[in-house]
Amino acid sequence: MGIIRGRNLRNGLLFVSPWIFGFIAFQVYPIFYSLRLSFTRYSGFGPPTPIGLDNFRRLFSDPLLWKAAYNTLYYTALAVPIGVVVAIVLALAMNQKVREVAVYRALLYVPSILPIFALSFVWVVFSNPRYGLLNHLSRLVGLPVIDWIGDPRWSKLSLVLLAQLGAGGPALIFLAGLRAIPTELFESAEIDGAGPIRRFFRITLPLITPVILYDIILGLSLGLQVFTQAYVIASTGPNTMVGPDNSLMFYVLYVYRNAFQFSQMGYASALVWVLFMVSLALALIVFRWAKSWVHYEIE
Amino acid sequence: MHTSSFTANRVSAKRYVTTGIVPRVILVLMCTLFALPFYWMIVTSLKGSTELTVFPPTLWPRDPVWRNYRDAVLFIPFLRFFMNSVILAAGATIGAVLSNSVIAYGFSRIPWKGRDILFYIAIATVFIPFPITLVALFDIFARLGWINTYLPLIVPAFFGNAFHMFLIRQFLMGISHDLSDAARIDGAGELMIFSRIILPLMKPALAVVAIFAAVNAWNDFLSPLIYLQTQELYPLSIGLQFFRAEHNIAFSLLMAASTLVVIPIIVLFIFFQRYFVEGITIGAIKG
Repeated sequence: MGIIRGRNLRNGLLFVSPWIFGFIAFQVYPIFYSLRLSFTRYSGFGPPTPIGLDNFRRLFSDPLLWKAAYNTLYYTALAVPIGVVVAIVLALAMNQKVREVAVYRALLYVPSILPIFALSFVWVVFSNPRYGLLNHLSRLVGLPVIDWIGDPRWSKLSLVLLAQLGAGGPALIFLAGLRAIPTELFESAEIDGAGPIRRFFRITLPLITPVILYDIILGLSLGLQVFTQAYVIASTGPNTMVGPDNSLMFYVLYVYRNAFQFSQMGYASALVWVLFMVSLALALIVFRWAKSWVHYEIE
Repeated sequence: MHTSSFTANRVSAKRYVTTGIVPRVILVLMCTLFALPFYWMIVTSLKGSTELTVFPPTLWPRDPVWRNYRDAVLFIPFLRFFMNSVILAAGATIGAVLSNSVIAYGFSRIPWKGRDILFYIAIATVFIPFPITLVALFDIFARLGWINTYLPLIVPAFFGNAFHMFLIRQFLMGISHDLSDAARIDGAGELMIFSRIILPLMKPALAVVAIFAAVNAWNDFLSPLIYLQTQELYPLSIGLQFFRAEHNIAFSLLMAASTLVVIPIIVLFIFFQRYFVEGITIGAIKG
């Protein structure tokens, strides 16, 4: 028995060894390496100069960093709840029992696999205050015309709306959750006189809470690393504002500029470590909070 | 399944309205909403330069200018960028299929101590924001002399991806152990069982992984932006930025180019629809 166990351990480790190597080389090591770099001044060439905690001290007196952090948290705080609600609404629609439902599912899902760098261009044209369809439709129904990208009050919400084109992916996961709910539960609730809204809040919603938690955690991670949309739409040069009034200067974009445009690899490493810590802390808070509302009992 | 007799009965007619018509109206409205930006992309791509500046905008091109597509392709070395994107996607796909099939086998078909803990660690890495490793990885690859090559974009794909591993593992967990146990009694080694028995059975899961890997590589922006410095190497994601740099570029060319970037993904989806849906659904982490 011991021989088999030993052989299995050896074989198992051999099979997963590519992952172990990749995990250490591309994830663990870089994270610690950037911790080391965060205590140095480093342009990317020559040896890093140790400067102690200077980079971290600098964080506190860098107004643009605070702007970027504020923008990123603002974006994430909007994108996560809106994303969850939109995905659930799409999933409920995709779960309707109509014959051609597969067609609707496909149409709602496809935008989520399209490249965000192209969708960003489409969004610029679509939301243009003068020539875009969005504001044209607003004018037709009497809604105010909004400069979705050019107005700092709206630009972040505008990117949140753009992100909703990707809701079809999470919606399919919610759909799988919806279909796993035993139909008897709905039938007995219907006999008890519960209407569709009551059934949704009493049965459906509690039973998909594990998926909601998953979507929140994933959305949090994606929200904190928002980059491409802002870069494509608003970052025109290394020293320019990102969006009106820097309203689209996001955290990772600021890291990008410091590391790759200003050759401040040490400072960028400190920034990245702060992001790492904040992400972990937020994820832990969400998991803690989730204990009070996630239902695990029914399989 | 057909509702041909509903008119005969008022109750079922009412039921047909609530279960047949209302959901359809809602679904069509939702799909329209999601399709609007793409409708506008195509309409704008076909407008002539004077029609572009008409206010209010026309909802349909008066005189479709198909030349815009030719101009967009000629404005940047589109074909070159396209081929580069294909090469990157192919490299990432090959890496993903090779590595994740082997790794997922180790995480599901061989029982060994510590396996599940290690696997949960792997899954947890999905939630780590990728940019955290950005600066350090760049420096590491720079020291290896890999900057401005495809190596930083392709090599990591050969070392597994948590999401892909998860997909294949879920699939392999559902396959009976009878066949591999019998082979083991006959003295077959693990590598033999993997390559002769399990690998052929894995094909549907590998197809899912291949598609996701290809789409991700095609859509990737940040990595090529950082690692590639000469135009000859740019994929479409970066190449398209040339339209942005040009201030007077017509929206029509931009939209024509965007359409051309989006089409390959849509074609892929149409051909492999089943796998996309399966992948996402397996990807739903249970409880």
